[in-house]
Amino acid sequence: MATVAPKPESVRLTEQGKPVTYLEAIREGLWEEMERDERVILLGEDIGAYGGAFKVTEGFLERFGPERVIDTPISETGFTGAAAGLAHLGFRPVVEMQFIDFISCAYDILTNYIATSRWRGAGPQPLVVRGPAGGGVRGGPFHSQNPEAAFAHTPGLKIVYPATAYDAKGLIKAAIRDDDPVLFFEHKWLYRRPQLREVLPAGDYIVPLGKARVHRPGKDLTIVTYAAMVHKSLEAAEILEREDGLEVEVLDLRTLLPLDEEAIVDSVRRTNRVLIVHEDTRTGGLAGEIAMRINEKAFAWLDAPVLRVTALDTPIPYAPPLEDAFLPQVEDIVRAARYLAAY
Amino acid sequence: MATSPAAAPTSPPHGLSVGQLRELYYYLRLTRALEERLVALYRQNKVIGGLYRSLGQEGEAVATAYALRRRSDGTGDVLSPLIRNLGSMLVMGATPLEVLRQYMARGNSPTRGRELNIHFADLQRGFLGQISPLGAMVPVMAGITLGFKLRREPRVGMVYVGDGATSTGAFHEGLNFAAVQRCPLVVVVENNGYAYSTPVDRQTAAKAFVDKAPGYGIAGEQVDGNDVFAVYEAARRAVERARAGEGVTLLEVLTYRRKGHAEHDNQSYQPREEIEWWATHNDPLDRYVAAVRAHGWLSEEDLGAVDAQVDAELDAAVAAAEASPDADPATVTEDVYGDVPVRPHWTRLDPPEPSLA
Repeated sequence: MATVAPKPESVRLTEQGKPVTYLEAIREGLWEEMERDERVILLGEDIGAYGGAFKVTEGFLERFGPERVIDTPISETGFTGAAAGLAHLGFRPVVEMQFIDFISCAYDILTNYIATSRWRGAGPQPLVVRGPAGGGVRGGPFHSQNPEAAFAHTPGLKIVYPATAYDAKGLIKAAIRDDDPVLFFEHKWLYRRPQLREVLPAGDYIVPLGKARVHRPGKDLTIVTYAAMVHKSLEAAEILEREDGLEVEVLDLRTLLPLDEEAIVDSVRRTNRVLIVHEDTRTGGLAGEIAMRINEKAFAWLDAPVLRVTALDTPIPYAPPLEDAFLPQVEDIVRAARYLAAY
Repeated sequence: MATSPAAAPTSPPHGLSVGQLRELYYYLRLTRALEERLVALYRQNKVIGGLYRSLGQEGEAVATAYALRRRSDGTGDVLSPLIRNLGSMLVMGATPLEVLRQYMARGNSPTRGRELNIHFADLQRGFLGQISPLGAMVPVMAGITLGFKLRREPRVGMVYVGDGATSTGAFHEGLNFAAVQRCPLVVVVENNGYAYSTPVDRQTAAKAFVDKAPGYGIAGEQVDGNDVFAVYEAARRAVERARAGEGVTLLEVLTYRRKGHAEHDNQSYQPREEIEWWATHNDPLDRYVAAVRAHGWLSEEDLGAVDAQVDAELDAAVAAAEASPDADPATVTEDVYGDVPVRPHWTRLDPPEPSLA
């Protein structure tokens, strides 16, 4: 089914050995999967003629037509449910939430219907729900959320949240090929960050689900993190190396469900100190689950308590000084790491 | 209320053959008799959890499904039932033994003991079991029927909702989505008077559910739900419209729920005389039998033979269900994912080992 079809300018540009952004990487991944598998079909609000609120699917309607790039009514339950129906027939639907905050409108169909389908004997649900998540872009309470914890508690779902362009492309492709429902969160603060541009491999590749990645090796302390916080943690690690002589390991989870427990435990056993950093709010956030796993599996290797740096337990504010106060900052990570290192 | 008998012998209506009339009677009788068997098993504590009756609504359940193209190889029409659509499931080929095993939570039930009653699916035969949050199956069936359309397959979907489910957001979103996409979908609104204890006038300010159809830009029909012939004919028209590419129909069937929401429900909110009236004057099986006998389409002997067949089949099914094994605890972790194992309780390992959980 693979073809050498002409691509619109926005996609073709990324094919010429030039560095691509995180957003362009996702677009390439989606495009290539639609080229290689006609069962892949897109549904969402304004994804066709307009190309999506963030232009992730720009040019797709022209190439793949209105039967594979379906503009839907404003109805997260409606089109996510429709994706479930399509998945029953063997399609591989990819649903876009215009902002991931609106995934809460589809909570019932995702958690009660889609997540349980295989186990109930109603068949697998090979679909992807993707969309822009995360704060730092002054989006306010309903355009900035990180809803992973609301879904990580649902057996049957997988959750992916990439931090780099390479991973974003490889993971969206793996998610589409996966036979289980995958929630694919895209951090909008990373979408067009020039620092994240990278040259991607020319050929087809995937990044397997469920595998974490050591971004930066270290022996003194591990930061377990994901998504935008990977970059803040890397920045903190540089400062800690420069100013404190600490070798900080940064472990990017990439997939949040299932967790790569082996990678976490392996890192803890080498560094004996762990800081968990996430952009989601504190109470009930994934840090609690990660700390519990470490407690169960690597307690004897710990030289200090497992600590966390997270957003505050408030809704997400709009004004820059408020949002900056709400979000974990590099300085918070640095101070937490110093506290841990001195413990 | 019953279809009025004609003076002279006539052919069965709506293109139905005498054989089909016998088959319709078989499904009507099978539905009612299977539920009666389930009541007995419930009272013996052999049904696990609740028992949901469709007494008084079997006619519309059977007749709507009977309008569909039934296949066993995954090429036919597909329906998604509600809790009171046992009859629809049986028409599509679900067996009494499967239903009994489901209700009795046996290990070889279609869901291996994981799910209840008629919550089970087989897309080869064309049924997709519901989940309990109401209205959810409307968007799912919108997707199924969109898939038929995209593949240019001449297949139709039918989804059942009760009067209560029409109040949900999922009903609206799914129906609207299907209407916009002109999906080949029939939405059957079973107006049986009550959603659990809540009467229809507490559910909607609309005079009739069929009045909602124009708002969605779709066809709507309302039919006497206890007249098997009228329901079949209305459903057939809706199915034909769908198959012809004319989009969605909302079919409101007027019926009455003579039992409580579930077997434990004492129906304190339903006037006794109301229940009695429907039982005495408007029972779908009584009306069907009166019609086929009055027209001479089926004789007393024909009907008696079907009754005997149903009894024999149910005797065998109940015996087989009672002999079925309990669900195997070791299977509970299977099939949560295609490729990710779920780990057991560490406390049940010997010796207990938390790092293996």
